[in-house]
Amino acid sequence: MTKSLGRAEKLSSSAGSVVFDADVLVLGGGPAGAWAAISAAEHGARVVLADKGFCGTSGATAAAGTGVWYVDPSPERREAAMASREKLGGYLQDRRWMARVLDRTYAQSNQLADWGYPYPSDDDGRPQRNSLQGPEYMRLMRKRTKQAGVTILDHSPALELLVDGNGVVAGATGLRRQKGDRWVVNAKAVVIATGGCAFLSKTLGSNVLTGDGYLLAAEAGAEFTSMEFSNAYAISPAFGSVTKTLFYSWASFTDEQGSVIPGASSKGGRSVIARALRKGPVYAQLDEADAETQRHMRLSQPNFFLPFDRTGIDPFRQRFPITLRLEGTVRGTGGLRIIDDGCATTVPGLYAAGDAATRELICGGFTGGGSHNAAWAMSSGYWAGQGAAEFARQLGTTIGRQAFRRGTVGLRSGSGRALQGGPLARSVQDEVFPYELNYFREAGRLGGSLRRLDALWTDASDADAPDEEELLRAREAAAMLATARWMYRSALARQESRGMHRRDDYPEPDDRYRHLVTTGGLDDVWTSARPLASSQFSEAAE
Amino acid sequence: MIQVIDAERCTACDICVNVCPTNVFDKSDGIPVIARQGDCQTCFLCELYCPEDALFVSPFADAPQAIDVAALKEAALLGSYRRAVGWVEESRHLRAADRSFRLFGH
Repeated sequence: MTKSLGRAEKLSSSAGSVVFDADVLVLGGGPAGAWAAISAAEHGARVVLADKGFCGTSGATAAAGTGVWYVDPSPERREAAMASREKLGGYLQDRRWMARVLDRTYAQSNQLADWGYPYPSDDDGRPQRNSLQGPEYMRLMRKRTKQAGVTILDHSPALELLVDGNGVVAGATGLRRQKGDRWVVNAKAVVIATGGCAFLSKTLGSNVLTGDGYLLAAEAGAEFTSMEFSNAYAISPAFGSVTKTLFYSWASFTDEQGSVIPGASSKGGRSVIARALRKGPVYAQLDEADAETQRHMRLSQPNFFLPFDRTGIDPFRQRFPITLRLEGTVRGTGGLRIIDDGCATTVPGLYAAGDAATRELICGGFTGGGSHNAAWAMSSGYWAGQGAAEFARQLGTTIGRQAFRRGTVGLRSGSGRALQGGPLARSVQDEVFPYELNYFREAGRLGGSLRRLDALWTDASDADAPDEEELLRAREAAAMLATARWMYRSALARQESRGMHRRDDYPEPDDRYRHLVTTGGLDDVWTSARPLASSQFSEAAE
Repeated sequence: MIQVIDAERCTACDICVNVCPTNVFDKSDGIPVIARQGDCQTCFLCELYCPEDALFVSPFADAPQAIDVAALKEAALLGSYRRAVGWVEESRHLRAADRSFRLFGH
């Protein structure tokens, strides 16, 4: 590793905008973005990180606690870790990527320990590194990002990518919400680490995750994969935001009358809960947790208890109403398609990390939960930062390079009718929240939904840019809309049930679909099938 | 969602304005104001970062609630999340108290 050559340069700060010159621009300041920024700086790049909110509190991790797919490097343990979820994921994972993510996660976690993350020890004094407390972890990551010499722009959502005449990504531009002006970062490579899309469902910490990075990447021509694996729903108290599905494995689930709902379970029985919620309220009570488990829960996840302690509910002794909140692609496995070990996308100069990128490589078609996503954020963040820094170095000087704005929907003018983000976001939610559309899929219902979504897209792309105040909301809603269309188009293309994707009309897995579904496009959304890497290798060997 | 900035405790340091990931607060001539309550995602992080225990996030994510601040203080609910995660001096040991390793695999 080389030492960072210096900071990104602030070129000008005229009225209305601030301009930076950098080697690598990272969009998103959750774990993946922070790891990417640190890695790019360690590999010699001058780095700017722009976060929509505040790097340190933004994203699904900061507000929560997460497991980490941290596995001791003994061959038996690694083998067991890789094998354990292959069936659940529909055998779409890639063993080579699983092995390298396990290696990289092990290294990054130990790096966190060296940086002073307060990992606990077990009763025998052995350190335990398979869990992270979100606020603690992300506070440390912000500190290390700053120490690496990265320039952090908080409250600075990106609006669109800049691309040069050869189609190479050349930076991005966005808003500085608290300053009321714009930023421009001219960069030689850009890392998209903006997370997935949870459609403003208020699942914990996820309302900043509206697929913004997908939209601006798609406008530059990027492709997506596994977007049909996008219908994860998490259990939360009906009134609250705290989703910690793990703890509900100690729960019993009952209906209005107090009768146990047969088959309802947080694992392997969540669809039963979804069906029951369509008929009436569902209640949970963590009555299977003994006193010791209760104590461990309180120490491990203090925020889980905030909704209960503040409403006077004892979740171990009293029933409380629950709901399922859509986690979309945050806990799905789809995202930007990456094409090499440095997490490059199909667009030159554009890299992807964390939940913004596909996690099909280690999860296949079923979420590995926070554990795999956290491991992926560390690993893909590290690789994307390295890949982007390397790309920037090879590009050499870019003095005099012209850059063009690639933004489309919500950024143009001409029709005299401004795009309204609030109503559009609600219209998209109406298509992706209902269990009968998204959890339980079927050709007729998916087709009807897509017709409505396509009409919304036509309408949105004809509309004008709204006022500066409403611009972010409009782009967020447009990103949600684009995401929903990639999801459902991919869901229609996969005429089987596999991983988390369930089709009422094709309830079983079908070997003819043991491939990956690529998607993309904005006005015209397309899909195509791609063979698994393993089958390509076996064909090549024949 | 965020309900309370306690004027008695708030020192107008504006940390909440800075750290809120959804930009709910605005600075003012005095203490910050809850300018966009509807954008609050009920993540409790402003509370966690408030050094004066002046903020209270109601656990109700979808609708504002009437809050009795005197009762919150009486019940020591202001700052309770900070104390639970060990972000105050007297409970620092809780920062390393995570027992998730005993819960995984259930």
